[in-house]
Amino acid sequence: MSQRQIELEVLRYNPETDTEPHFQRYSVLCEDEWVVLDALNHVKATIDPTLSYRWSCHMAVCGSCGMMINGEPKLSCKAFLRDYEGVIRVEPLAHFPIQRDLVTVIDDFVTKLRRVKPYLIPKEEKSIEAGEYLQTPAELKKYKQYTLCINCMLCYAACPEYGLVPKFIGPAAISLAHRYNQDSRDGGREARQQEIAATEGVWECSFVGACSEVCPEHVDPAGALQQVKIKSTIDWYQEHLMPWRNK
Amino acid sequence: MAKSNKPIVWGLFAAGGTVTAFVIPALVLLTLLPALGVVPELLAYDNLRAFAGHWLGKLVLFAIIFLSLWHAAHRLRVTLHDFGVRADLLVAIAVYLAAATGSLAAAYYLLRL
Amino acid sequence: MTGKPYIRDVPRFGWFLRQPRYMRYMAREVTCLFIGAYAVVLLVALQRLAEGRQAYEAFLQALASPVSMVFHLVVLVFALYHTTSWFNVTPKAMPIQAGEDFLPGAIIVGAHYAAWLIVSVALLFLAGVF
Repeated sequence: MSQRQIELEVLRYNPETDTEPHFQRYSVLCEDEWVVLDALNHVKATIDPTLSYRWSCHMAVCGSCGMMINGEPKLSCKAFLRDYEGVIRVEPLAHFPIQRDLVTVIDDFVTKLRRVKPYLIPKEEKSIEAGEYLQTPAELKKYKQYTLCINCMLCYAACPEYGLVPKFIGPAAISLAHRYNQDSRDGGREARQQEIAATEGVWECSFVGACSEVCPEHVDPAGALQQVKIKSTIDWYQEHLMPWRNK
Repeated sequence: MAKSNKPIVWGLFAAGGTVTAFVIPALVLLTLLPALGVVPELLAYDNLRAFAGHWLGKLVLFAIIFLSLWHAAHRLRVTLHDFGVRADLLVAIAVYLAAATGSLAAAYYLLRL
Repeated sequence: MTGKPYIRDVPRFGWFLRQPRYMRYMAREVTCLFIGAYAVVLLVALQRLAEGRQAYEAFLQALASPVSMVFHLVVLVFALYHTTSWFNVTPKAMPIQAGEDFLPGAIIVGAHYAAWLIVSVALLFLAGVF
């Protein structure tokens, strides 16, 4: 096993004493196969116990260690040191307020996620005795990729429109709404449309496509949002130009 | 929250994006040819006049001009926002009005043929 | 908890200079200026056509100028960027499920390029270019 001296430049912010964040340089000896999160853990254990950041699983499923690494939104547990040269710059996820160091305030995302009702609203209530809600493999495939979202918010950090228009509901929440809308067992689309077909819903998206490029789980939020736009457009024409279809 | 009325403008933008993607490069080649010393048959006065004189020709020409203008207008609105212009309502009125005026002018010229 | 969370500003202008993917996006958006300008040229052609033979011949003369050549070449570059950027994302906006699986994106994109080729060749052929 070989080792390498890694220079980390970490954005620090202490809300009790600082008026604005500043970069702090750490130099640590790291194993070659480490990820950026390992390097941060090493810093915290050996140099600076005050360094704050979120992490949990260390295997790209919990979605809590998202950070900007050299300006790119990444899960720090998936960002291998061997892929970086020179000083590695680590900042909190862009577009979110900084709570402390690399920890961001994520309330905005959590509120938006709740608003789009990201859970199954059954088309028809069934008693337990009546059995399961059946689904074919083809019906499952319609939405399966969107179930892989881990709410890591990298797509929000990548989305320039979210940065410019903070009220935009954003990639992950709309993709998750789309996930349930696409589910054959679900009947909640109309309720979700009230949020995602609003101006600050899908219509703030200008299809930059950055969300899909940075997604660590290879979900395609950009695709989901375009599909929602097309469906909402068809809805609009049906509601306004074909009143006989509204019953 | 109320559903947005953006589908009206976006639907035309998307239709325009598709139509322009298919036909604009070939049309540009066509109107580039005179600069290379060749005037394609269709661009000769009598031929183009005959083409635009037919109702189908009128429809095709109007659709291309209307959708191209609308596509450009809507994308320009978004682009201006991206460039930091925040007067979206004003921008929207200006660009859509320009596209509508151009389209009406196209219809007027076509009906005179 | 004491102290306030720190909010970083997003620059209103120039945010797109930060990343190559934002620059590619802005290049795509800027194509609208050239599509729009070309639509205006088509509109002027119609106007001259409606005015009569003399006006239209003068318009054809203008098309033959070097300025027109440069304009057309520039528009062509941006129009091609518009076309390719538009077709390349069609599988995202319009995925097609055939049976259980979704068609590979390359098939949907490829179909668009094939149709584009046919439309372009047909258009130029019908216009008497060859």
